[in-house]
Amino acid sequence: MAQIELEGVTKEFVQRRRAGRLRRTREVVRAVDGIGFEVEAGTMLGYIGPNGAGKSTTVKMLTGVLVPTSGRISVAGLDPSRCRIELTRRIGVLFGQRTQLWWDLPLGDSFELLRHMYRVPAERYRANLARFRELLALDEFLGTPVRQLSLGQRMRGELTATMLHDPEIIFLDEPTIGLDVVAKQRVREFLAEVNRERGVTVLLTTHDLADIERLSSRMLIIDRGRVIYDGDVETLKARYGDERTLIVDLEQPGPPLEVPGARVDRVDGPRQWLKFRRDEISAARLTAEVAARAPLVDLAIEEPDIEEVVARIYGGG
Amino acid sequence: MGDALALAGIYRRLVGARIRSQLEYRLSFTLSLVATSLVVFLDFVAILVIFNRVPALAGWSLEEVALLYGIASISFAFTDLAVGHLDLFPSMIRDGTFDLILIRPLPSLFQVIASDFALRRLGKAIQGAGVLVFAVAGLDLHWTAGRVAMIAVAIVSGTVIYASVWVALATIAFWIVDAIEVVNAFTYGGNFLSNYPIPIFGRWLRTLVLFVVPLAFVAYFPALFVLDKDDGLGLPAGLRYVSPLVAILTALVAGFVWTRAVRHYRSAGG
Repeated sequence: MAQIELEGVTKEFVQRRRAGRLRRTREVVRAVDGIGFEVEAGTMLGYIGPNGAGKSTTVKMLTGVLVPTSGRISVAGLDPSRCRIELTRRIGVLFGQRTQLWWDLPLGDSFELLRHMYRVPAERYRANLARFRELLALDEFLGTPVRQLSLGQRMRGELTATMLHDPEIIFLDEPTIGLDVVAKQRVREFLAEVNRERGVTVLLTTHDLADIERLSSRMLIIDRGRVIYDGDVETLKARYGDERTLIVDLEQPGPPLEVPGARVDRVDGPRQWLKFRRDEISAARLTAEVAARAPLVDLAIEEPDIEEVVARIYGGG
Repeated sequence: MGDALALAGIYRRLVGARIRSQLEYRLSFTLSLVATSLVVFLDFVAILVIFNRVPALAGWSLEEVALLYGIASISFAFTDLAVGHLDLFPSMIRDGTFDLILIRPLPSLFQVIASDFALRRLGKAIQGAGVLVFAVAGLDLHWTAGRVAMIAVAIVSGTVIYASVWVALATIAFWIVDAIEVVNAFTYGGNFLSNYPIPIFGRWLRTLVLFVVPLAFVAYFPALFVLDKDDGLGLPAGLRYVSPLVAILTALVAGFVWTRAVRHYRSAGG
Protein backbone atom coordinates (compact mmCIF):
# COMPACT_ATOMS: atom_id res chain seq x y z
CA MET A 1 0.00 0.00 0.00
CA ALA A 2 1.26 3.43 -0.89
CA GLN A 3 1.92 5.87 1.94
CA ILE A 4 -0.48 8.46 0.61
CA GLU A 5 -3.53 7.47 -1.43
CA LEU A 6 -6.30 9.62 -2.83
CA GLU A 7 -9.20 8.29 -4.83
CA GLY A 8 -11.83 10.48 -6.46
CA VAL A 9 -11.40 13.20 -3.83
CA THR A 10 -13.71 16.18 -4.13
CA LYS A 11 -14.14 19.23 -1.93
CA GLU A 12 -16.97 21.68 -2.29
CA PHE A 13 -17.42 24.98 -0.49
CA VAL A 14 -20.57 26.97 -0.20
CA GLN A 15 -19.99 30.63 -0.87
CA ARG A 16 -22.58 33.19 0.04
CA ARG A 17 -22.56 36.39 -1.88
CA ARG A 18 -24.44 39.59 -1.37
CA ALA A 19 -26.95 40.09 -4.10
CA GLY A 20 -28.86 43.20 -3.27
CA ARG A 21 -29.58 44.67 0.11
CA LEU A 22 -30.73 41.59 1.96
CA ARG A 23 -30.71 38.78 -0.51
CA ARG A 24 -27.78 36.48 -0.65
CA THR A 25 -27.00 33.99 -3.32
CA ARG A 26 -25.63 30.61 -2.44
CA GLU A 27 -23.06 29.17 -4.74
CA VAL A 28 -21.29 25.82 -4.55
CA VAL A 29 -17.65 26.06 -5.52
CA ARG A 30 -15.77 22.88 -6.27
CA ALA A 31 -12.23 23.58 -5.08
CA VAL A 32 -11.01 20.03 -5.66
CA ASP A 33 -12.68 18.04 -8.36
CA GLY A 34 -12.07 14.30 -8.35
CA ILE A 35 -8.37 14.05 -7.59
CA GLY A 36 -6.62 10.69 -7.38
CA PHE A 37 -2.95 9.83 -6.94
CA GLU A 38 -0.61 7.71 -4.86
CA VAL A 39 2.71 8.56 -3.25
CA GLU A 40 5.26 5.95 -2.18
CA ALA A 41 7.26 6.36 1.03
CA GLY A 42 10.41 8.42 0.61
CA THR A 43 9.16 10.38 -2.40
CA MET A 44 9.65 14.11 -2.79
CA LEU A 45 6.55 15.34 -4.49
CA GLY A 46 6.10 18.86 -5.82
CA TYR A 47 2.55 20.09 -6.07
CA ILE A 48 2.04 23.16 -8.18
CA GLY A 49 -0.77 25.16 -9.63
CA PRO A 50 -2.02 28.73 -9.96
CA ASN A 51 -3.73 30.52 -7.06
CA GLY A 52 -7.04 28.96 -6.20
CA ALA A 53 -6.24 25.74 -8.04
CA GLY A 54 -6.95 23.65 -4.94
CA LYS A 55 -3.41 23.03 -3.66
CA SER A 56 -3.93 24.19 -0.10
CA THR A 57 -7.32 22.55 0.09
CA THR A 58 -5.74 19.23 -0.86
CA VAL A 59 -3.04 19.65 1.78
CA LYS A 60 -5.71 20.46 4.38
CA MET A 61 -7.61 17.30 3.48
CA LEU A 62 -4.46 15.17 3.63
CA THR A 63 -3.63 16.52 7.09
CA GLY A 64 -7.14 16.06 8.50
CA VAL A 65 -7.94 19.77 8.81
CA LEU A 66 -10.74 19.51 6.27
CA VAL A 67 -13.01 16.58 5.50
CA PRO A 68 -13.51 15.79 1.81
CA THR A 69 -16.99 16.13 0.35
CA SER A 70 -16.50 12.77 -1.32
CA GLY A 71 -13.74 10.32 -2.16
CA ARG A 72 -11.27 8.31 -0.14
CA ILE A 73 -7.99 9.40 1.45
CA SER A 74 -5.42 7.33 3.27
CA VAL A 75 -2.27 8.82 4.80
CA ALA A 76 0.18 6.51 6.57
CA GLY A 77 -2.63 3.94 6.59
CA LEU A 78 -5.05 6.28 8.39
CA ASP A 79 -8.16 8.12 7.31
CA PRO A 80 -7.22 11.76 8.11
CA SER A 81 -10.80 12.87 8.66
CA ARG A 82 -11.45 10.22 11.32
CA CYS A 83 -8.04 9.80 12.95
CA ARG A 84 -6.94 13.43 13.00
CA ILE A 85 -5.14 13.35 16.35
CA GLU A 86 -3.47 10.00 15.75
CA LEU A 87 -2.29 11.25 12.37
CA THR A 88 -0.84 14.51 13.75
CA ARG A 89 1.82 12.50 15.60
CA ARG A 90 3.02 10.87 12.40
CA ILE A 91 3.08 13.86 10.08
CA GLY A 92 4.62 17.32 10.12
CA VAL A 93 2.85 20.31 8.60
CA LEU A 94 4.19 23.73 7.68
CA PHE A 95 2.01 26.54 6.38
CA GLY A 96 4.47 29.05 4.93
CA GLN A 97 2.18 32.01 5.49
CA ARG A 98 1.41 31.29 9.14
CA THR A 99 3.56 30.56 12.10
CA GLN A 100 3.31 27.55 14.34
CA LEU A 101 5.80 29.14 16.73
CA TRP A 102 4.98 31.29 19.77
CA TRP A 103 5.36 34.87 18.69
CA ASP A 104 6.49 36.33 22.02
CA LEU A 105 8.79 33.54 23.12
CA PRO A 106 12.40 32.80 22.30
CA LEU A 107 12.59 30.30 19.45
CA GLY A 108 14.03 27.60 21.70
CA ASP A 109 11.03 27.86 24.07
CA SER A 110 8.68 27.09 21.18
CA PHE A 111 10.59 23.87 20.56
CA GLU A 112 10.29 22.96 24.25
CA LEU A 113 6.52 23.50 24.14
CA LEU A 114 6.17 21.41 21.00
CA ARG A 115 8.25 18.70 22.57
CA HIS A 116 5.72 18.43 25.39
CA MET A 117 2.73 18.65 23.09
CA TYR A 118 4.02 15.77 20.98
CA ARG A 119 5.56 13.97 23.96
CA VAL A 120 8.87 13.53 22.18
CA PRO A 121 11.18 11.34 24.30
CA ALA A 122 13.95 13.47 25.83
CA GLU A 123 16.70 11.60 24.04
CA ARG A 124 15.08 11.90 20.58
CA TYR A 125 14.41 15.56 21.21
CA ARG A 126 18.02 16.27 22.11
CA ALA A 127 19.36 14.35 19.13
CA ASN A 128 16.93 15.95 16.69
CA LEU A 129 17.47 19.45 17.95
CA ALA A 130 21.25 19.03 17.82
CA ARG A 131 21.01 17.84 14.22
CA PHE A 132 18.72 20.65 13.08
CA ARG A 133 20.76 23.29 14.87
CA GLU A 134 23.67 22.14 12.80
CA LEU A 135 21.78 21.76 9.50
CA LEU A 136 19.97 25.09 9.77
CA ALA A 137 22.54 27.05 11.79
CA LEU A 138 19.99 27.91 14.46
CA ASP A 139 22.38 28.72 17.29
CA GLU A 140 22.72 32.43 16.55
CA PHE A 141 19.00 33.09 17.13
CA LEU A 142 17.74 30.27 19.34
CA GLY A 143 17.31 32.75 22.19
CA THR A 144 15.63 35.47 20.12
CA PRO A 145 11.85 36.03 20.38
CA VAL A 146 10.16 34.78 17.22
CA ARG A 147 8.66 38.18 16.42
CA GLN A 148 12.18 39.60 16.05
CA LEU A 149 13.39 36.96 13.58
CA SER A 150 13.80 37.65 9.89
CA LEU A 151 11.51 35.68 7.62
CA GLY A 152 14.38 33.41 6.61
CA GLN A 153 15.33 32.72 10.23
CA ARG A 154 11.73 32.14 11.17
CA MET A 155 11.32 29.65 8.35
CA ARG A 156 14.35 27.73 9.61
CA GLY A 157 12.61 27.64 12.98
CA GLU A 158 9.38 26.45 11.35
CA LEU A 159 11.18 23.62 9.55
CA THR A 160 12.67 22.47 12.85
CA ALA A 161 9.25 22.66 14.52
CA THR A 162 7.82 20.53 11.73
CA MET A 163 10.49 17.84 12.11
CA LEU A 164 11.01 17.61 15.90
CA HIS A 165 8.63 14.72 16.50
CA ASP A 166 10.13 12.48 13.80
CA PRO A 167 7.25 12.60 11.31
CA GLU A 168 7.12 10.03 8.51
CA ILE A 169 5.61 12.51 6.09
CA ILE A 170 5.89 16.28 5.97
CA PHE A 171 3.46 18.56 4.18
CA LEU A 172 4.77 22.00 3.31
CA ASP A 173 2.41 24.61 1.95
CA GLU A 174 4.53 27.28 0.24
CA PRO A 175 7.65 26.81 2.38
CA THR A 176 9.75 29.23 0.32
CA ILE A 177 7.22 32.03 -0.10
CA GLY A 178 8.75 35.48 0.36
CA LEU A 179 12.27 34.19 0.96
CA ASP A 180 15.38 35.51 -0.75
CA VAL A 181 17.49 33.27 -2.95
CA VAL A 182 19.93 32.26 -0.21
CA ALA A 183 17.17 31.42 2.26
CA LYS A 184 15.30 29.46 -0.40
CA GLN A 185 18.41 27.46 -1.12
CA ARG A 186 18.79 26.68 2.56
CA VAL A 187 15.22 25.38 2.81
CA ARG A 188 15.73 23.20 -0.24
CA GLU A 189 18.99 21.76 1.06
CA PHE A 190 17.35 20.98 4.39
CA LEU A 191 14.44 19.17 2.75
CA ALA A 192 16.76 17.17 0.50
CA GLU A 193 18.83 16.24 3.53
CA VAL A 194 15.99 15.01 5.75
CA ASN A 195 14.58 13.11 2.81
CA ARG A 196 17.91 11.39 2.20
CA GLU A 197 18.95 10.92 5.81
CA ARG A 198 15.60 9.92 7.35
CA GLY A 199 13.58 8.73 4.38
CA VAL A 200 10.92 11.32 5.16
CA THR A 201 8.28 11.68 2.46
CA VAL A 202 8.00 15.31 1.42
CA LEU A 203 4.97 16.85 -0.23
CA LEU A 204 5.34 20.52 -0.98
CA THR A 205 3.21 23.04 -2.74
CA THR A 206 4.91 26.01 -4.29
CA HIS A 207 4.71 28.82 -6.77
CA ASP A 208 8.43 28.72 -7.30
CA LEU A 209 9.18 26.20 -9.97
CA ALA A 210 12.84 26.24 -9.05
CA ASP A 211 11.81 24.44 -5.83
CA ILE A 212 10.42 21.63 -7.93
CA GLU A 213 13.34 21.54 -10.33
CA ARG A 214 15.89 21.32 -7.54
CA LEU A 215 14.00 18.96 -5.28
CA SER A 216 11.34 16.79 -6.73
CA SER A 217 11.61 13.65 -8.65
CA ARG A 218 7.90 13.86 -9.24
CA MET A 219 5.52 16.72 -9.80
CA LEU A 220 1.79 17.13 -9.92
CA ILE A 221 0.24 20.07 -11.67
CA ILE A 222 -3.24 20.97 -10.58
CA ASP A 223 -5.57 23.42 -12.24
CA ARG A 224 -9.19 24.17 -11.42
CA GLY A 225 -9.27 21.31 -8.94
CA ARG A 226 -8.00 18.65 -11.32
CA VAL A 227 -4.63 17.00 -11.82
CA ILE A 228 -3.45 17.95 -15.29
CA TYR A 229 0.05 16.51 -15.10
CA ASP A 230 1.61 13.77 -13.00
CA GLY A 231 5.16 12.73 -13.77
CA ASP A 232 8.77 13.77 -13.58
CA VAL A 233 10.16 17.15 -14.53
CA GLU A 234 12.21 15.84 -17.48
CA THR A 235 9.21 14.19 -19.13
CA LEU A 236 7.22 17.36 -18.69
CA LYS A 237 9.87 19.37 -20.47
CA ALA A 238 10.23 16.82 -23.21
CA ARG A 239 6.52 16.61 -23.82
CA TYR A 240 5.47 20.22 -23.60
CA GLY A 241 8.65 22.18 -23.81
CA ASP A 242 10.75 20.66 -26.52
CA GLU A 243 11.42 24.02 -28.13
CA ARG A 244 14.98 25.09 -27.46
CA THR A 245 16.52 28.42 -28.31
CA LEU A 246 19.79 29.10 -30.18
CA ILE A 247 21.14 32.57 -29.47
CA VAL A 248 23.67 33.78 -32.02
CA ASP A 249 25.81 36.91 -32.16
CA LEU A 250 26.59 37.74 -35.79
CA GLU A 251 29.44 39.90 -36.98
CA GLN A 252 27.00 42.46 -38.31
CA PRO A 253 23.36 43.25 -37.79
CA GLY A 254 21.24 41.80 -40.53
CA PRO A 255 17.72 40.71 -41.45
CA PRO A 256 16.26 37.69 -39.63
CA LEU A 257 17.97 34.51 -40.77
CA GLU A 258 15.99 31.99 -42.72
CA VAL A 259 16.86 28.43 -41.74
CA PRO A 260 14.55 25.48 -42.38
CA GLY A 261 13.38 23.87 -39.09
CA ALA A 262 13.91 27.05 -37.03
CA ARG A 263 12.24 30.40 -36.72
CA VAL A 264 13.64 33.70 -35.52
CA ASP A 265 11.89 34.74 -32.36
CA ARG A 266 13.69 38.02 -31.70
CA VAL A 267 16.34 40.26 -33.23
CA ASP A 268 18.42 42.76 -31.27
CA GLY A 269 21.19 44.33 -33.37
CA PRO A 270 23.63 41.58 -34.29
CA ARG A 271 21.97 39.15 -31.81
CA GLN A 272 19.21 36.81 -32.93
CA TRP A 273 17.12 34.21 -31.08
CA LEU A 274 16.18 31.12 -33.08
CA LYS A 275 13.59 28.67 -31.76
CA PHE A 276 13.89 25.08 -32.91
CA ARG A 277 12.60 21.63 -32.07
CA ARG A 278 14.80 18.74 -31.12
CA ASP A 279 13.06 16.36 -33.46
CA GLU A 280 13.22 18.64 -36.49
CA ILE A 281 16.80 19.81 -36.49
CA SER A 282 19.82 19.12 -34.29
CA ALA A 283 21.68 21.93 -32.56
CA ALA A 284 24.88 21.10 -34.49
CA ARG A 285 23.12 21.13 -37.82
CA LEU A 286 21.35 24.40 -37.05
CA THR A 287 24.61 26.05 -35.99
CA ALA A 288 26.23 24.94 -39.25
CA GLU A 289 23.28 26.29 -41.24
CA VAL A 290 23.49 29.64 -39.50
CA ALA A 291 27.26 29.85 -39.96
CA ALA A 292 26.81 29.17 -43.68
CA ARG A 293 24.54 32.23 -43.96
CA ALA A 294 26.37 34.79 -41.84
CA PRO A 295 29.70 34.97 -40.00
CA LEU A 296 29.27 34.05 -36.30
CA VAL A 297 30.99 35.60 -33.31
CA ASP A 298 29.37 33.71 -30.45
CA LEU A 299 26.50 31.36 -29.68
CA ALA A 300 24.57 29.80 -26.80
CA ILE A 301 21.76 27.27 -26.46
CA GLU A 302 18.93 27.73 -23.94
CA GLU A 303 16.88 24.82 -22.70
CA PRO A 304 13.19 25.47 -22.14
CA ASP A 305 12.53 26.54 -18.59
CA ILE A 306 9.84 24.90 -16.60
CA GLU A 307 8.06 28.14 -15.92
CA GLU A 308 7.43 28.63 -19.61
CA VAL A 309 6.30 25.04 -19.93
CA VAL A 310 3.81 25.33 -17.13
CA ALA A 311 2.51 28.64 -18.44
CA ARG A 312 1.81 26.88 -21.72
CA ILE A 313 -0.02 24.05 -19.98
CA TYR A 314 -2.23 26.45 -18.01
CA GLY A 315 -2.77 28.50 -21.12
CA GLY A 316 -4.01 25.83 -23.45
CA GLY A 317 -4.00 22.36 -21.91
CA MET B 1 -6.64 10.06 34.14
CA GLY B 2 -3.05 10.04 32.91
CA ASP B 3 -4.27 12.00 29.91
CA ALA B 4 -5.91 14.62 32.11
CA LEU B 5 -2.70 15.00 34.10
CA ALA B 6 -0.67 15.35 30.92
CA LEU B 7 -3.08 18.00 29.66
CA ALA B 8 -2.85 19.86 32.95
CA GLY B 9 0.94 19.82 32.64
CA ILE B 10 0.83 21.18 29.09
CA TYR B 11 -1.72 23.80 30.13
CA ARG B 12 0.61 24.98 32.87
CA ARG B 13 3.49 25.25 30.42
CA LEU B 14 1.54 27.07 27.70
CA VAL B 15 -0.17 29.49 30.04
CA GLY B 16 3.03 29.98 32.02
CA ALA B 17 4.76 31.03 28.82
CA ARG B 18 1.99 33.53 28.04
CA ILE B 19 2.11 34.99 31.55
CA ARG B 20 5.87 35.36 31.41
CA SER B 21 5.68 37.30 28.17
CA GLN B 22 2.95 39.56 29.59
CA LEU B 23 5.05 40.31 32.64
CA GLU B 24 7.95 41.30 30.43
CA TYR B 25 6.33 44.69 30.00
CA ARG B 26 5.90 45.36 33.70
CA LEU B 27 4.81 48.99 33.52
CA SER B 28 2.18 48.42 30.86
CA PHE B 29 0.93 45.39 32.82
CA THR B 30 0.65 47.37 36.06
CA LEU B 31 -1.14 50.25 34.36
CA SER B 32 -3.76 48.06 32.70
CA LEU B 33 -4.27 46.20 35.98
CA VAL B 34 -4.91 49.49 37.80
CA ALA B 35 -7.16 50.73 34.99
CA THR B 36 -9.39 47.63 34.99
CA SER B 37 -9.60 47.69 38.78
CA LEU B 38 -10.82 51.29 38.70
CA VAL B 39 -13.38 50.62 35.99
CA VAL B 40 -14.86 47.63 37.80
CA PHE B 41 -14.85 49.51 41.10
CA LEU B 42 -17.21 52.05 39.50
CA ASP B 43 -19.39 49.13 38.51
CA PHE B 44 -20.18 48.36 42.17
CA VAL B 45 -20.76 52.04 42.86
CA ALA B 46 -23.88 51.73 40.70
CA ILE B 47 -25.32 49.29 43.23
CA LEU B 48 -24.40 51.56 46.14
CA VAL B 49 -26.27 54.37 44.38
CA ILE B 50 -29.41 52.24 44.06
CA PHE B 51 -29.32 51.38 47.76
CA ASN B 52 -28.88 55.03 48.59
CA ARG B 53 -32.46 55.48 47.35
CA VAL B 54 -34.10 52.21 48.45
CA PRO B 55 -33.50 50.14 51.61
CA ALA B 56 -33.94 46.78 49.87
CA LEU B 57 -34.26 45.16 46.41
CA ALA B 58 -36.97 42.48 46.32
CA GLY B 59 -36.32 41.87 50.00
CA TRP B 60 -32.52 41.84 49.62
CA SER B 61 -30.37 44.17 51.69
CA LEU B 62 -27.22 45.86 50.40
CA GLU B 63 -24.96 43.31 52.10
CA GLU B 64 -27.00 40.44 50.70
CA VAL B 65 -26.78 41.82 47.17
CA ALA B 66 -23.06 42.38 47.75
CA LEU B 67 -22.71 38.67 48.52
CA LEU B 68 -24.41 37.84 45.22
CA TYR B 69 -22.30 40.39 43.44
CA GLY B 70 -19.05 39.15 44.98
CA ILE B 71 -19.64 35.51 44.06
CA ALA B 72 -20.74 36.39 40.53
CA SER B 73 -17.87 38.83 40.01
CA ILE B 74 -15.16 36.46 41.14
CA SER B 75 -16.58 33.64 39.00
CA PHE B 76 -16.83 35.94 36.02
CA ALA B 77 -13.30 37.24 36.57
CA PHE B 78 -11.87 33.71 36.71
CA THR B 79 -13.71 32.89 33.50
CA ASP B 80 -12.40 36.06 31.91
CA LEU B 81 -8.83 35.17 32.90
CA ALA B 82 -9.09 31.64 31.57
CA VAL B 83 -11.21 31.99 28.43
CA GLY B 84 -11.63 35.75 27.90
CA HIS B 85 -9.51 35.52 24.76
CA LEU B 86 -12.41 33.71 23.09
CA ASP B 87 -13.23 37.32 22.11
CA LEU B 88 -10.50 36.89 19.54
CA PHE B 89 -11.64 33.49 18.41
CA PRO B 90 -13.33 34.81 15.24
CA SER B 91 -9.98 36.15 14.06
CA MET B 92 -8.41 32.73 14.65
CA ILE B 93 -10.93 31.40 12.14
CA ARG B 94 -10.49 34.30 9.75
CA ASP B 95 -6.70 34.24 9.55
CA GLY B 96 -6.41 30.46 9.52
CA THR B 97 -4.72 30.08 12.92
CA PHE B 98 -7.40 27.57 13.81
CA ASP B 99 -6.08 25.28 11.05
CA LEU B 100 -2.77 25.14 12.90
CA ILE B 101 -4.62 23.96 15.98
CA LEU B 102 -6.08 21.09 14.00
CA ILE B 103 -2.64 19.79 13.03
CA ARG B 104 -1.55 19.32 16.63
CA PRO B 105 -2.06 16.20 18.75
CA LEU B 106 -4.33 17.80 21.35
CA PRO B 107 -8.08 18.49 21.56
CA SER B 108 -8.91 21.71 19.71
CA LEU B 109 -10.91 23.34 22.52
CA PHE B 110 -8.10 22.67 24.96
CA GLN B 111 -5.63 24.39 22.64
CA VAL B 112 -7.85 27.42 22.10
CA ILE B 113 -8.32 27.84 25.85
CA ALA B 114 -4.63 27.27 26.56
CA SER B 115 -3.57 29.76 23.89
CA ASP B 116 -3.70 32.75 26.23
CA PHE B 117 -4.29 33.90 29.78
CA ALA B 118 -5.14 37.55 30.29
CA LEU B 119 -3.51 38.22 33.65
CA ARG B 120 -4.27 41.95 33.37
CA ARG B 121 -7.95 41.13 33.88
CA LEU B 122 -7.08 40.08 37.41
CA GLY B 123 -8.41 43.50 38.52
CA LYS B 124 -11.97 42.26 38.31
CA ALA B 125 -11.22 39.32 40.62
CA ILE B 126 -9.62 41.66 43.15
CA GLN B 127 -12.66 43.91 43.07
CA GLY B 128 -15.01 40.92 43.43
CA ALA B 129 -13.03 39.69 46.42
CA GLY B 130 -13.25 43.15 47.95
CA VAL B 131 -17.03 43.24 47.57
CA LEU B 132 -17.28 39.72 49.02
CA VAL B 133 -15.28 40.79 52.08
CA PHE B 134 -17.58 43.81 52.45
CA ALA B 135 -20.60 41.49 52.35
CA VAL B 136 -19.18 38.94 54.80
CA ALA B 137 -18.20 41.70 57.24
CA GLY B 138 -21.60 43.36 57.05
CA LEU B 139 -23.79 40.27 57.25
CA ASP B 140 -24.82 39.09 60.70
CA LEU B 141 -24.29 35.37 60.08
CA HIS B 142 -22.75 32.49 61.88
CA TRP B 143 -20.01 31.34 59.45
CA THR B 144 -20.34 27.57 59.53
CA ALA B 145 -18.12 25.31 57.42
CA GLY B 146 -21.15 24.65 55.21
CA ARG B 147 -21.61 28.33 54.38
CA VAL B 148 -17.92 28.89 53.63
CA ALA B 149 -17.76 25.76 51.52
CA MET B 150 -20.87 26.83 49.62
CA ILE B 151 -19.22 30.10 48.63
CA ALA B 152 -16.17 28.21 47.34
CA VAL B 153 -18.34 25.66 45.50
CA ALA B 154 -20.40 28.50 44.01
CA ILE B 155 -17.30 30.26 42.70
CA VAL B 156 -15.95 27.09 41.06
CA SER B 157 -19.35 26.12 39.61
CA GLY B 158 -19.98 29.68 38.51
CA THR B 159 -16.66 29.82 36.69
CA VAL B 160 -17.50 26.60 34.85
CA ILE B 161 -21.02 27.80 33.98
CA TYR B 162 -19.80 31.13 32.60
CA ALA B 163 -16.95 29.48 30.71
CA SER B 164 -19.34 26.96 29.16
CA VAL B 165 -21.62 29.76 28.01
CA TRP B 166 -18.65 31.59 26.45
CA VAL B 167 -17.42 28.49 24.68
CA ALA B 168 -20.83 27.61 23.32
CA LEU B 169 -21.33 31.17 22.09
CA ALA B 170 -17.87 31.38 20.56
CA THR B 171 -18.78 28.52 18.22
CA ILE B 172 -21.07 30.95 16.39
CA ALA B 173 -17.84 32.15 14.75
CA PHE B 174 -17.65 28.84 12.88
CA TRP B 175 -20.73 29.95 10.98
CA ILE B 176 -20.67 33.74 11.16
CA VAL B 177 -17.26 35.29 11.67
CA ASP B 178 -18.45 38.74 12.71
CA ALA B 179 -20.82 37.81 15.52
CA ILE B 180 -18.69 39.08 18.37
CA GLU B 181 -21.15 41.80 19.46
CA VAL B 182 -23.92 39.25 19.89
CA VAL B 183 -21.57 37.09 21.91
CA ASN B 184 -20.50 40.00 24.13
CA ALA B 185 -24.11 40.89 24.80
CA PHE B 186 -24.59 37.44 26.27
CA THR B 187 -21.34 37.12 28.19
CA TYR B 188 -21.04 40.56 29.75
CA GLY B 189 -24.82 40.91 29.88
CA GLY B 190 -24.94 37.53 31.62
CA ASN B 191 -22.57 38.76 34.28
CA PHE B 192 -24.80 41.79 34.83
CA LEU B 193 -27.86 39.56 35.28
CA SER B 194 -26.20 37.39 37.88
CA ASN B 195 -25.32 40.39 40.04
CA TYR B 196 -28.97 40.87 41.06
CA PRO B 197 -31.57 38.76 42.86
CA ILE B 198 -33.67 36.88 40.34
CA PRO B 199 -37.10 38.05 41.61
CA ILE B 200 -36.45 41.62 40.44
CA PHE B 201 -36.54 40.46 36.82
CA GLY B 202 -39.64 39.98 34.73
CA ARG B 203 -40.92 36.52 33.97
CA TRP B 204 -39.18 36.34 30.57
CA LEU B 205 -35.68 37.07 31.92
CA ARG B 206 -36.31 34.78 34.89
CA THR B 207 -37.09 31.88 32.62
CA LEU B 208 -33.96 32.64 30.61
CA VAL B 209 -31.54 32.58 33.57
CA LEU B 210 -33.23 29.59 35.20
CA PHE B 211 -33.65 27.22 32.31
CA VAL B 212 -31.96 28.42 29.13
CA VAL B 213 -28.67 29.95 30.19
CA PRO B 214 -28.57 28.79 33.81
CA LEU B 215 -26.96 31.90 35.28
CA ALA B 216 -29.21 31.76 38.35
CA PHE B 217 -27.02 28.89 39.54
CA VAL B 218 -23.85 31.00 39.52
CA ALA B 219 -24.70 33.11 42.57
CA TYR B 220 -28.41 33.36 43.28
CA PHE B 221 -29.18 29.83 44.48
CA PRO B 222 -25.91 29.35 46.40
CA ALA B 223 -26.53 32.75 48.06
CA LEU B 224 -29.99 31.59 49.13
CA PHE B 225 -28.30 28.76 51.00
CA VAL B 226 -25.68 30.98 52.60
CA LEU B 227 -28.27 33.57 53.65
CA ASP B 228 -30.87 30.96 54.53
CA LYS B 229 -33.41 32.93 52.52
CA ASP B 230 -36.61 32.09 50.74
CA ASP B 231 -36.32 32.31 46.93
CA GLY B 232 -39.47 34.39 46.71
CA LEU B 233 -40.66 32.44 43.67
CA GLY B 234 -41.85 29.21 45.24
CA LEU B 235 -39.18 27.10 43.53
CA PRO B 236 -38.01 23.74 44.99
CA ALA B 237 -35.62 24.23 47.91
CA GLY B 238 -33.26 21.61 46.47
CA LEU B 239 -32.19 23.99 43.71
CA ARG B 240 -29.80 25.77 46.08
CA TYR B 241 -27.59 22.66 46.23
CA VAL B 242 -27.33 21.75 42.55
CA SER B 243 -24.96 24.38 41.13
CA PRO B 244 -22.12 21.84 40.69
CA LEU B 245 -24.46 19.53 38.75
CA VAL B 246 -25.61 22.43 36.59
CA ALA B 247 -21.95 23.29 35.99
CA ILE B 248 -21.16 19.76 34.83
CA LEU B 249 -24.23 19.75 32.62
CA THR B 250 -23.43 23.09 30.95
CA ALA B 251 -19.83 21.96 30.42
CA LEU B 252 -21.05 18.80 28.70
CA VAL B 253 -23.42 20.80 26.51
CA ALA B 254 -20.64 23.27 25.61
CA GLY B 255 -18.28 20.41 24.75
CA PHE B 256 -20.92 18.82 22.57
CA VAL B 257 -21.69 22.08 20.78
CA TRP B 258 -17.96 22.68 20.22
CA THR B 259 -17.42 19.20 18.77
CA ARG B 260 -20.34 19.66 16.40
CA ALA B 261 -19.13 23.11 15.39
CA VAL B 262 -15.61 21.87 14.61
CA ARG B 263 -17.12 19.05 12.56
CA HIS B 264 -19.12 21.63 10.64
CA TYR B 265 -15.99 23.73 10.08
CA ARG B 266 -13.97 20.78 8.81
CA SER B 267 -16.61 19.71 6.37
CA ALA B 268 -17.75 23.12 5.19
CA GLY B 269 -15.17 25.72 6.13
CA GLY B 270 -11.58 26.43 5.27
